[in-house]
Amino acid sequence: MFGKLTWQAIPFDQPIPLVTSAVLIVVLTGLLLWVVVKGYVPYLWKEWITSVDHKRIGIMYCLLALVMLLRGFSDALMMRSQQALAFNAPGYLPPEHYDQIFSAHGTIMIFFVAMPFVVGLMNFAVPLQLGVRDVAFPTLNSVSFWLTAAGALLVNVSLVVGEFARTGWLPFPPLSELTYSPGVGVDYYAWSLEISGIGTLMAGINMVTTILKMRAPGMTYSRMPVFCWTSLASNLLIVAAFPILTASLAMLLLDRYVGFHFFTNEAGGNPMMFMNLIWAWGHPEVYILVLPAFGVFSEVISTFSSKPLFGYRSMVIATMAICLLSFLVWLHHFFTMGPGGDVNGFFGIMSMIIAIPTGVKLFNWLFTMYGGRVRYTAPMMWAIGFMVTFALGGMTGVLLAVPPADFVLHNSLFLVAHFHNVIIGGVLFGAFAGYSYWFPKAFGFSLDERLGKAAFWCWFVGFYVAFMPLYVLGLLGMTRRMQHYTQPEWYPWVLVAGVGALIILTGIILQVVQLTVSIRTRARRRELTGDPWDGRTLEWATSSPPPAYNFAVLANVDSEEPYWGMKLRARENLQLSAEPRYEAIEVPRNSPTGFITAFFAVLTGFSLIWHIWWLVVLGLIGAYATFVVLAWRDIVETTIPAEEVAREDRANRAARLEALRAAGRAEPRRAQEALA
Amino acid sequence: MNSVALPADSAGGEGSRHVHSHAPGHGAGGPASKRIVVGYGFWIYLISDIIMFSALFAAYAVLAPATAGGPSARQIFDPDSVAIETACLLASSFACGMASIAVSQRSMKWTQISLLISGLLGFVFLLFELHEFHGLVARGFGPTRSAFLSAFFTLVGCHGLHITAGLLWLGTMMAQFYAKGFRRDIQYRYLCFSLFWHALDIIWVAIFSLVYLVGMNL
Amino acid sequence: MSVGGDLAPGYESEEGEGREGIREGVRSYSLGLALAIALTLASFWVARTHIIYGPGIPVALVALAVAQMGIHLVFFLHITTAPDNTNNVLALAFGVLIVFVLVFGTVWVMAHMNHNMMPMQDMMRM
Repeated sequence: MFGKLTWQAIPFDQPIPLVTSAVLIVVLTGLLLWVVVKGYVPYLWKEWITSVDHKRIGIMYCLLALVMLLRGFSDALMMRSQQALAFNAPGYLPPEHYDQIFSAHGTIMIFFVAMPFVVGLMNFAVPLQLGVRDVAFPTLNSVSFWLTAAGALLVNVSLVVGEFARTGWLPFPPLSELTYSPGVGVDYYAWSLEISGIGTLMAGINMVTTILKMRAPGMTYSRMPVFCWTSLASNLLIVAAFPILTASLAMLLLDRYVGFHFFTNEAGGNPMMFMNLIWAWGHPEVYILVLPAFGVFSEVISTFSSKPLFGYRSMVIATMAICLLSFLVWLHHFFTMGPGGDVNGFFGIMSMIIAIPTGVKLFNWLFTMYGGRVRYTAPMMWAIGFMVTFALGGMTGVLLAVPPADFVLHNSLFLVAHFHNVIIGGVLFGAFAGYSYWFPKAFGFSLDERLGKAAFWCWFVGFYVAFMPLYVLGLLGMTRRMQHYTQPEWYPWVLVAGVGALIILTGIILQVVQLTVSIRTRARRRELTGDPWDGRTLEWATSSPPPAYNFAVLANVDSEEPYWGMKLRARENLQLSAEPRYEAIEVPRNSPTGFITAFFAVLTGFSLIWHIWWLVVLGLIGAYATFVVLAWRDIVETTIPAEEVAREDRANRAARLEALRAAGRAEPRRAQEALA
Repeated sequence: MNSVALPADSAGGEGSRHVHSHAPGHGAGGPASKRIVVGYGFWIYLISDIIMFSALFAAYAVLAPATAGGPSARQIFDPDSVAIETACLLASSFACGMASIAVSQRSMKWTQISLLISGLLGFVFLLFELHEFHGLVARGFGPTRSAFLSAFFTLVGCHGLHITAGLLWLGTMMAQFYAKGFRRDIQYRYLCFSLFWHALDIIWVAIFSLVYLVGMNL
Repeated sequence: MSVGGDLAPGYESEEGEGREGIREGVRSYSLGLALAIALTLASFWVARTHIIYGPGIPVALVALAVAQMGIHLVFFLHITTAPDNTNNVLALAFGVLIVFVLVFGTVWVMAHMNHNMMPMQDMMRM
């Protein structure tokens, strides 16, 4: 009746997951009760859960990422503390448990922190930067988000009911096959990723279509902001790579569930092929993560250097080159598995070549800063920290790209240090930069700058203290994922790394404090013009937060940096351009489809994991029914009357005019000089 | 989506007109029409689906020699069955094309007839394929026998699953046309369906050529 | 419809109105069908007879398959090289490139790995 599910699935005999689960359940139930009692449910349902607005969806993605960052970082703290304690000692985490922790750490950080953060930022900013009202398929966008959340939920359920995979964040066979992983852990992992993978693929399709087919009038490809170019490249990679992940995990699941022989040790299966296929996805995946971060930095550096981005064309070419090359390097993840000199040589050289376009970008950012009036705001700090850190991480990557070197360093802590170097220094710093940069646009008030900078410094210093020792440890021979060790030379470095993790923890705490304090004091942080940073791209041309329809009228783009041009003209004349003729605007209706689809996805996933077949059938029928109901909708849009559009736009225009006049009074010459 | 643009410069008085190029692909005419957006989005989805199939093709190519003492391709493929399946799908695609013409002509009768024929042909294809699979399993040559058979059943079976989903979609389209007529959004959905159906035939071309015909020859 | 912009994939032009539209459409699909049938028959013929030098048969089949995919794309999916189809063709080209890299890359890599990592007992038997 309940398949493999019994009361044994709850970890009564393991204190750590048991206590954690209990605490989590209490906290979540408390939160839900508070929301219900305070009467927030109708608001949440109408304004957020059923929203198909890209801005709301983007914010929810980022929120999911931040919450899962806490979970993934807790896993990291547990790993660091275990290693700090386990010199010639067992530590406090038995191997079966430790293995689940590092597997969960990697899975959560990549799939449920980095991916949602980056997708969320792209979702929020790209339509605004393109000067349009929403993405190509708003309801599909909602479905994508909720499917990602469904995957995250399933992974977290494994903490309470059952277990997680013990294979590491990529489930290599034969360990991940049924013979050696008979429990439900690998199934939790695989179904969770199959579900969220569909969401991600749909988001990729959505964004590619939006960028290629929906831009403001006059915005040719060469007038698109660089963030939109990097988003295009990243989403093309999503479309190209995620199907490979889907297929590979499906083959593994067929092996596990129905006894197929894709990757088994017997009957002709080939475990090596799994590594080949999964890394053919896995390498483009990391570029999916880092390209939008590069885009964020391009925007941030140009805004806070008060200069247009240097070398727009070379940036675009470098971006598309990285997009293409990222598909030609995947074998460098398994040089040591036996492909031989010819194959290793080809992929090693390609892996070194891919560093070149990245170098081009780095020089362009530096040249953007050079000669500009640099403002050291929190987003800019993240950008500068990134440039230093990522350059280092990239260099160790080129080092690892040399097959003979990799033979020594593969799967050592040197590798672990390298990828954390580029992911934290690149993706995470970029995500935090984007978060601080676009927060005022999203919410209408700014984040506390001082706390933001303090958080940055803790992250920056903490990162080096935590991961530089890992480079040393790798060179000293320490392998990754060790539950205990006996080498005395390693011990001091492991301790230092543990201290680094605590410094990063301080940074995270400061970020949480920053958010709470900023929300509490938001009344005095309000920014009414919609342009707190003196921005250059179109998202700053509308109010903060933007109205549902983004722009009262679509801008007519006649140059690169269209908003900057508008502003210069306004400053020169000390008045805004003429008030436009306001028309009624149609916006897509909210829809519960995403949420309901995700509900059935969780149901189906859970029942697949536990072999509750009748529930699987019910879940699939429910999902199909949801699709048909959506397809049968007759009214899909609501109209916002012209008077309302006019009212909202006039309020923003008044605030902008006020700020313009104030600036004109304060520095009457500045406006002229700015044009010189 | 047509709206009055902000004048490009306040000194110019009436403001400049749209400076965009009409050159296709430059996308400077503002957001494209819904039909183009829907069609293109679905086209991108199809590209991703083709890539997923190619991962399964790659696995098949690697595992085809791994017969583990069981049968090889030459021993189990039936050319007549493949020929009939190919004819069914090709004819079904043609019928779908006729349905597209009927839709553009707003003829309910011919739309429903062509779609029905298309669906029936697809259904016959499925029957033949299920018969083939059943026969293999009954002889002990099911997907759990060897890696080659696992790869074969998965690749061809995945295509069959897509056909099944397509038939469900086809039925839904027939019902929607019947219930709501030739409303624009129903037409856009039909556009997506026909792209899907034709693409499945393209994948079948790859399957019957590279899996069946090549397999029977090596 | 096409505001001086692109065509949606699957559409050959402005919706064919009137009887000419039907005739044009039927002719186009029928031509595609005839070509596809011819190529299919050719594939089966090549595979079943010895008209082509044995080891060349797989190559011939690949060529015929690619040709037939092209027929489908042009006649059924209306993907052409016309300027208003550029985005559609580019997307397809991108997909085809990835497919090639994935399939040939996998075959190349796995061939080397299978050869280098062959189990000892199989090596003895060689």
